[in-house]
Amino acid sequence: MNNIKIDTRHLRQLENESIFIMREIVAQFERPALLFSGGKDSIVLVHLAKKAFWPGKIPFPLLHIDTGHNFQETLDYRDNLAKELGCELLIAYVQESIDKGRCVEEKGVNASRNKLQTVTLLDAIEEYKLDCAIGGGRRDEEKARAKERFFSHRDEFGQWDPKNQRPELWNIFNGRKNMGEHFRVFPISNWTELDVWQYIMQEKIVMPNLYYTHHRKVFNRDGVWLAWAPFMQLKETEEIVELDVRCRTIGDITCTGVTLSTADNLNDIVSEIAASRITERGGRSDDKRSEAAMEDRKKEGYF
Amino acid sequence: MNNTKPEIGLLRFTTAGSVDDGKSTLIGRLLYDSKSIFEDQLKSITETSKRRGNDEVDLSLLTDGLRAEREQGITIDVAYRYFSTPNRKFIIADTPGHIQYTRNMVTGASTADVAVILVDARNGVIEQTIRHTFIASLLNLKHIIFCVNKMDLINFSQEKFLQIETEIKLLAKKVGANNIHIIPISAKFGDNVVDKSNTLSWFEGETLLQLLETIRIADDYSDKCARFPVQYVIRPHDDKYHDYRGYAGRLSGGKMYPGELVTILPSMLVSRIKSIDVFEKSLPEAKSGDSVTIVLEDDIDVSRGNMIVPSENIPQVTKDLEIMMCWFNEKPLMIRGKYVLRHSSSEVKCMVMAVNHKININTLEPDYKDQNVKMNDIANITIKTTAPIFIDDYKKNQVSGSLILVDEATNETVGAGMVVK
Ligand SMILES: Nc1nc2c(ncn2[C@@H]2O[C@H](COP(=O)(O)OP(=O)(O)O)[C@@H](O)[C@H]2O)c(=O)[nH]1
Repeated sequence: MNNIKIDTRHLRQLENESIFIMREIVAQFERPALLFSGGKDSIVLVHLAKKAFWPGKIPFPLLHIDTGHNFQETLDYRDNLAKELGCELLIAYVQESIDKGRCVEEKGVNASRNKLQTVTLLDAIEEYKLDCAIGGGRRDEEKARAKERFFSHRDEFGQWDPKNQRPELWNIFNGRKNMGEHFRVFPISNWTELDVWQYIMQEKIVMPNLYYTHHRKVFNRDGVWLAWAPFMQLKETEEIVELDVRCRTIGDITCTGVTLSTADNLNDIVSEIAASRITERGGRSDDKRSEAAMEDRKKEGYF
Repeated sequence: MNNTKPEIGLLRFTTAGSVDDGKSTLIGRLLYDSKSIFEDQLKSITETSKRRGNDEVDLSLLTDGLRAEREQGITIDVAYRYFSTPNRKFIIADTPGHIQYTRNMVTGASTADVAVILVDARNGVIEQTIRHTFIASLLNLKHIIFCVNKMDLINFSQEKFLQIETEIKLLAKKVGANNIHIIPISAKFGDNVVDKSNTLSWFEGETLLQLLETIRIADDYSDKCARFPVQYVIRPHDDKYHDYRGYAGRLSGGKMYPGELVTILPSMLVSRIKSIDVFEKSLPEAKSGDSVTIVLEDDIDVSRGNMIVPSENIPQVTKDLEIMMCWFNEKPLMIRGKYVLRHSSSEVKCMVMAVNHKININTLEPDYKDQNVKMNDIANITIKTTAPIFIDDYKKNQVSGSLILVDEATNETVGAGMVVK
């Protein structure tokens, strides 16, 4: 494949903006935490935080909402990263929320813990007294995110009111809040999927192997290839096959689609994304449930 | 492989138009014809169009955001869209055209370089056009592109277009907008949006996308108006960087260099820049827009809310300011009311001393009698702050020239102001 020339200027502009946001976060909030999922967006967030506070350390902990349905690679990557950066790592388990009766496991073949994460996240925010959760949400990901603010206000129930968001002007961000309320802040709001990959390539960020092609047991559900794991229920018509695949986004195993790909280096990944005609969320079953799925989850306090 | 392509970076533009002028269709068309739409998105809107009984794919559905507006069929706020061509990356701030319009457009325009204003070819310049043009020029956008849309409904008439063009030029002159461009288009059929129109062959200018791809956003701030609001102090406290004390922030307007003589506001202490740092290296200079960390030669106390500026060009340090205020809240502006004022990295309290005049944004006439500043109004007001802030005229520097007012009780952002003096 051709070597790709990256327009470094637009990446620099995006990086400048995101670093600015990172610094506003620590200046405006008392106890922020960075939501780390092991996905590419949160990996880029961590990289930006590292750059924003150099030569100091990242002045906030990483928070992982662990569904218990993880790729082992993600957990290893997470632990190494936190160690390398000397960052505090907070982990909140969905399993604990289920055990405590805070939420109920979904049933059936499409069961996923993706939605349950909301409860665990809100509980963790309360437990650790966080006043700001830094997320890797991007406005280009999904329609409901297109109107999201950089600084997104959540009421005392952690809810998002799309009709009552504070206007954001110039680069003045209003993080004032009352007790019990918190903010979600999205430093890479203005990045697209392609920007993220180009940036990873430019910065030579080491990524989990899941993003590169590998041999994996997968099955096809409703036209989407899903990674197989022992706790997943198959329908009768579905069968497990081994294919060369890679992940385009990584989240909970049960709803992370994989793409058939032979891309084994960043250059090929960037070319593949640039030529792709399907959005990254096209492979996420959690958004397909209804046209307004993401919006509903966000209102309840999802990422 | 193409190595000769100039690096042109990002272009941010905002779109404006009244309801049904075709804004959503235009954005949909831009995305569609520039092949920025993904298959699954196209499939989804094709299905929705069919379900609603439309024969053709309704491109406006692409920019349809939240459920409430899907149900009501209107857009409620600013939504951001992204697309890129081989030549440039674009961020669109899409603002809807109903009642709350002024506040939305001001918000969208505050981060944009260019405004794209839609004009319905059947109606020509209307009140809304005046308002949109005024706001674009108030926010000091570098270019305004007028798209005269629905040319198909006036039989692609050159004569009518020329008439509208004359009206627009008059308007632009009145509001003092300099760089304007006027293009006849049909968003529905794609004429002059991405591809050149055959029917509008009499028009010799560029298509909208060609213009957006090539328009130059020169940084017209003078080199000497550099402003560096300190966001955060970096003190690592570890062995290697034990004595490191860096001031993190984002430079606006002009450049700064190591060795440069600088003044710290409000202390007025003078020092020199020792180094300008970014991750694991130091830079020979910082340019407008760069997020950097500045280390000074001298050990002086600098904290968030302070500003580092070139000693030879210091902003106004004042407690009294005159601003153009756009009001955002349902509760009207209170004369003698107290608000929290946020300006660059500082926060102070302030009191509204006087409403000097309101602007009738449909006629652009100042109104000296009406003192009642309501949501979506724009007014010239005087405020007094409890501590000095460091300001420049908004036209000179957007960062040191802009501010917001916050309601102390609700924490809502209630107004956006631009320094005029
Ligand atoms: N004939 C014609 N109709 C158009 C054109 N552009 C938009 N429309 C129609 O005008 C109506 C309003 O368009 P829409 O994009 O929803 O307007 P918005 O409210 O400004 O976003 C829709 O029925 C469009 O199909 C055009 O160039 N020609």
